[in-house]
Amino acid sequence: MPRLFLMLCFGLLPLVALAVVEAYPFESEAERRRYNALIDELRCPKCQNQNLAGSDAPIAQDLRAEVYRLIRDGKSDQEILTFMHSRYGDFVLYRPRLTLETVALWLGPLLLVLIGALVWWRLSRGVAKPSADNAGLSEAEQARLKAVLEKRDD
Amino acid sequence: MGRLKLFIPLLVFLLLAALFFAVETEVSEGEYDPKALPSALIGQPFPAFRLPALLGEREVDESLLKGKVSIVNVWATWCPTCLYEHPFLVALAERGEVAVYGINYKDDADKARQWLASKGNPFAVNIVDASGKLGLDLGVTGAPETFVVDSAGRVRMRYQGGLDEKIWQRNFVPLLEQIATEEAL
Repeated sequence: MPRLFLMLCFGLLPLVALAVVEAYPFESEAERRRYNALIDELRCPKCQNQNLAGSDAPIAQDLRAEVYRLIRDGKSDQEILTFMHSRYGDFVLYRPRLTLETVALWLGPLLLVLIGALVWWRLSRGVAKPSADNAGLSEAEQARLKAVLEKRDD
Repeated sequence: MGRLKLFIPLLVFLLLAALFFAVETEVSEGEYDPKALPSALIGQPFPAFRLPALLGEREVDESLLKGKVSIVNVWATWCPTCLYEHPFLVALAERGEVAVYGINYKDDADKARQWLASKGNPFAVNIVDASGKLGLDLGVTGAPETFVVDSAGRVRMRYQGGLDEKIWQRNFVPLLEQIATEEAL
């Protein structure tokens, strides 16, 4: 049984790695970490929703090479992001700058949370209400209710 | 009132259905492309470059694009859509409405020369961008792409995808007319 379980687990392991790996030689581990962070955060301009690290598109390969070159040239992360932004616009940044055009991206989720809170508040008020005036049955109604319930029991 | 409230989900559904239908119609008629990426260069000067021309032993730079309204078409022999739009570009160049320039993007120069020799050459000058450096400065994401550049050498529009007469009339002609009236002032 444990063997079967292990076999199942191995069967679930993906056989292909999805990230594209180009072997760029870095001088330090810090540079490699910056490179990986940047290609993780920059978006492939040809793809609908993939970062540079996850895309096989020719343009993504070119941009990874460019990020590598800029790092080796001693550019800071901010300079590299500005370089990409001035060519490809807000689309390449997975954390776009707050401008008039991107304000919906930043504040939209907050708006949805507010709507959710409002709906939740309205619903919870609606549930609490009937229990307050539940004792609204008259003597006659109580008797009828009892009769109906007893009749169903037969 | 309580009864009417029951219809709110239906109403929301109908509104969304109408919205999706409208967008889908625009997409199928080519009026709206969800994949089109607005260029970051609109209103900016065409990026500086110094690159060889495909034909003739000479180098050209961004001053090539100043002094007249032009379109700059990014193309390559490996690009199937470029083959599709090529006859239109040839016809457009013959009409002479606008200067037509090319950027031969990440291509083999010999193959590109053969292509132009066999299919006709609509380009006044072809800029050879073998490394893709100029393409990168332009924010090109693939081929074909077509840029409209005004007399001052500023990028006014970028179109991603193949050109034909319909797209030309709809997307380019109004802008070219607008530029012409601006520059006549």
